[in-house]
Amino acid sequence: MADVTPTPKAPRPKVGSIPRQPMPEQPPKVRVKNFKEVPYGLTPDLAILEASRCIQCKNPACVKGCPVEVQIPEFIDLVRQGKFVEAAKKIKETNALPAICGRVCPQEEQCETPCVLGKKFEPVAIGRLERFVADFERVTGVVEIPEVAPPTGKRVAIVGAGPAGLTVAGDLVKLGHDVTMFEALHKPGGVLMYGIPEFRLPKDIVQAELDYICKLGVKLECNVVIGKSVTIDELLAEEGFHSVFIGTGAGLPYFMNIPGENLIGIYSANEYLTRSNLMKAYLFPEADTPIYRGKHVAVVGGGNVAMDAARTAMRMGAEKVYLVYRRSKKEMPARIEEIHHAEEEGIEFHLLTNPLRFLGNEESFVNEIECQRMELGEPDASGRRRPVPVKGSEFRLPVDTVVMSIGNGANPLVPATTPGLGTNKWGNILADQETGKTNKKGVFAGGDIVIGAATVILAMGAGRKAAAAMHSYMMTGAW
Amino acid sequence: MFPIVECREIAKNVILQRIEAPRIARKRKAGQFLIVRRGELSERIPLTIVGSDPADGTVTIIFQAVGKSTAELESLKAGDSLLDVVGPLGLATHVENLGTIVGIGGGIGTAPLLPIATAFQQAGNRLVSIVGARTKDLIILEEEMRAISDQITVTTDDGSYAKKGFVTTALQELIDAGTKIDLCVAIGPVPMMRAVAEVTRPHKIKTVVSLNPIMVDATGMCGACRVTVGGKTKFVCVDGPEFDGHEVDFKELVMRNRAYLREEKEAMDRYLHKDGKCMGSAAPGAGTPGGAGKAVVTTGGVS
Ligand SMILES: Cc1cc2nc3c(=O)[nH]c(=O)nc-3n(C[C@H](O)[C@H](O)[C@H](O)COP(=O)(O)OP(=O)(O)OC[C@H]3O[C@@H](n4cnc5c(N)ncnc54)[C@H](O)[C@@H]3O)c2cc1C
Ligand SMILES: Cc1cc2nc3c(=O)[nH]c(=O)nc-3n(C[C@H](O)[C@H](O)[C@H](O)COP(=O)(O)OP(=O)(O)OC[C@H]3O[C@@H](n4cnc5c(N)ncnc54)[C@H](O)[C@@H]3O)c2cc1C
Ligand code: SF4
Ligand code: SF4
Ligand code: FES
Repeated sequence: MADVTPTPKAPRPKVGSIPRQPMPEQPPKVRVKNFKEVPYGLTPDLAILEASRCIQCKNPACVKGCPVEVQIPEFIDLVRQGKFVEAAKKIKETNALPAICGRVCPQEEQCETPCVLGKKFEPVAIGRLERFVADFERVTGVVEIPEVAPPTGKRVAIVGAGPAGLTVAGDLVKLGHDVTMFEALHKPGGVLMYGIPEFRLPKDIVQAELDYICKLGVKLECNVVIGKSVTIDELLAEEGFHSVFIGTGAGLPYFMNIPGENLIGIYSANEYLTRSNLMKAYLFPEADTPIYRGKHVAVVGGGNVAMDAARTAMRMGAEKVYLVYRRSKKEMPARIEEIHHAEEEGIEFHLLTNPLRFLGNEESFVNEIECQRMELGEPDASGRRRPVPVKGSEFRLPVDTVVMSIGNGANPLVPATTPGLGTNKWGNILADQETGKTNKKGVFAGGDIVIGAATVILAMGAGRKAAAAMHSYMMTGAW
Repeated sequence: MFPIVECREIAKNVILQRIEAPRIARKRKAGQFLIVRRGELSERIPLTIVGSDPADGTVTIIFQAVGKSTAELESLKAGDSLLDVVGPLGLATHVENLGTIVGIGGGIGTAPLLPIATAFQQAGNRLVSIVGARTKDLIILEEEMRAISDQITVTTDDGSYAKKGFVTTALQELIDAGTKIDLCVAIGPVPMMRAVAEVTRPHKIKTVVSLNPIMVDATGMCGACRVTVGGKTKFVCVDGPEFDGHEVDFKELVMRNRAYLREEKEAMDRYLHKDGKCMGSAAPGAGTPGGAGKAVVTTGGVS
């Protein structure tokens, strides 16, 4: 690891003498009435102060917690010296989308958990610092376009413009390849654009990252559904692409298959969030796509997606938003920060509760959910304690809108139209973890379509490895 | 951008547009549809691909202006462009030589029927067609259907043209006359498709219908288009749009299609009264002062 010899700006304080700096944010009462981003971000002074807390470990544990191994102590020391643009450059050596990761990474499970300071004090706020420098770089307008290698004459097709695909595109274009991204929707970005709401990840930030990748020379064709508009085999055989990366994500909403689930007013989280984010339904009637502004909304599930749906419902004027989750708070897969934000915003948690059926009025609009209380039994395959129903505990919740957020599976469109492409029993594409190679020559895959619904940074990590393998495949021809 | 190269009214409030979309023109098969989006804040609206010309890269759509989005589409002219066109979507019709096919088109449903009927006819089937509408002005594509059919009956509910009655009356007559029917394909308003399925059910005539639920992405990602078929939930955009008419829960489909009636009306009223002035004949049903357009509350009884 490169040695950093800092010219200290902020003096190194005594270890642990400065508390972790909180990030200023909109108060709950105000923010539930708007779609603006919740945290304002650190100020330069706060960032420098927070950066000065890092003790610059020789063998930094934090880096091992980051799936793309951001050079954490190095960038943090640059922040401490006030060299924000340099810090951003440092991060970008391994992470092309710091403004996004700084906002949505589950840092408490990744880089910040192993931080040594966390043992006695609180860990360094790595994510907040990452976000700060990326924002600083973007806002001050000094984003540098790196040098692109001379053309290799090789053409790459990227299927799906989510974080996995964007990472591959960015890496390969810099190596001199001719890269085209194909995106099914009318806007690129994947979940970053259609799923995660504006108040958690402003779309102009995603757009800025997309613009950056296009500035590097990546071509983008939206409105192309691979498997329908053109198949993978045709891209390789007829359109002259030398390799293909599949990053189509986990876009198949699960339902519970319980009675009444097709009543009006029951959405999948994908539909609810797509209507509100991608189609801007919260602006209806200025935007044409409608969405129910339910008064009593129930969101079923306990992940990030459920929190996003619940908080969106709140912002669309709901009086009550219930979160119905069958295990306890400890088992919730959502980020702690998001659970905390949801609680602050007044979302009512109905834990250890499971829907049994939905009831509707004479016009087929949902008006009640029948639920059952659960208790935790023995641990299941996931290591979490299995919820078991409590007999005779049925009760009803009056609702007018329900959002099902119980997970997403693999969209079968690409595998179904690509003969010979290997998948597992859940429909995920089989790909080598280190290279992204599928069982089809020239075809690579990564992100949610391979590992199932996961995180932005894992999708990017997979993209990064695949890009390296694709480069070597295209330059040597060796599979 | 996807330029509109041709645009004409083929019946009252029924518009044919030819759009440059080379990828779709090359690939589409009978039974598939596309999604169009006019502008930045517009909805994604699904429309059947009625025809295509792979040589000049164009696809043809035919639509009825029933609400704000289709009315806006109607106001476009040749030379204008659509912001987004994506397709071909959905599964293509399973076409084979079965013997005798009865193709039934109700209202605007004749537009999606045309490519499917053509495909069956080209596969060697005997094609018996029934084309119907409420009234004379709404009969579309009669000539085109006549050209491919071995036998054709045209009906109007009000008797203003051709045979008076419903398409089901004509179908019942065919059955009563002992016509051997190997497959019935019915496309039109949901009540019509349901009625056809009821006529054929006792005779065990396989009946294919093409469903038109509300859609958002149309790639299987959102579940907005779900319908119950044979007791199971299906996503029409990827599992359909064609299903066995004897298995479809039509009641649920009718209900789900009414999900946004209030919002649709609000959008239409706003559109008709943009900037405080009536849009006049640019929009359907705009003739009456107050803008109580008849089209606003008709459910999406088209396919
Ligand atoms: C609401 C929500 C909140 C989340 N919150 C967080 C969070 O806070 N932190 C975190 O780390 N992760 C979060 N995640 C998970 C994270 O967003 C995903 O793990 C990540 O986006 C996966 O990236 P990807 O590139 O594999 O796929 P995606 O982001 O899903 O992108 C796939 C892209 O491929 C396109 N596509 C699909 N099929 C085709 C086709 N046939 N042809 C062409 N294009 C196609 C899709 O339209 C899409 O644009 C969240 C997910 C959701 C849904
Ligand atoms: C697979 C498929 C193929 C279709 N093919 C044709 C066609 O060839 N010609 C044609 O005229 N129409 C077709 N339709 C119907 C067409 O999509 C609707 O008429 C159109 O979306 C109405 O939009 P609007 O804003 O003008 O009307 P609105 O006022 O919004 O709605 C009128 C009615 O249209 C239906 N509708 C509304 N929004 C949607 C939506 N997002 N998706 C689907 N239906 C909706 C509802 O039932 C509603 O009651 C098809 C629909 C599907 C699903
Ligand atoms: S990319 Fe994510 S995990 Fe890695 S350092 Fe940044 S915030 Fe932490
Ligand atoms: S583990 Fe914590 S203190 Fe050590 S280098 Fe990483 S961020 Fe700094
Ligand atoms: S329209 Fe979204 S899944 Fe069919």
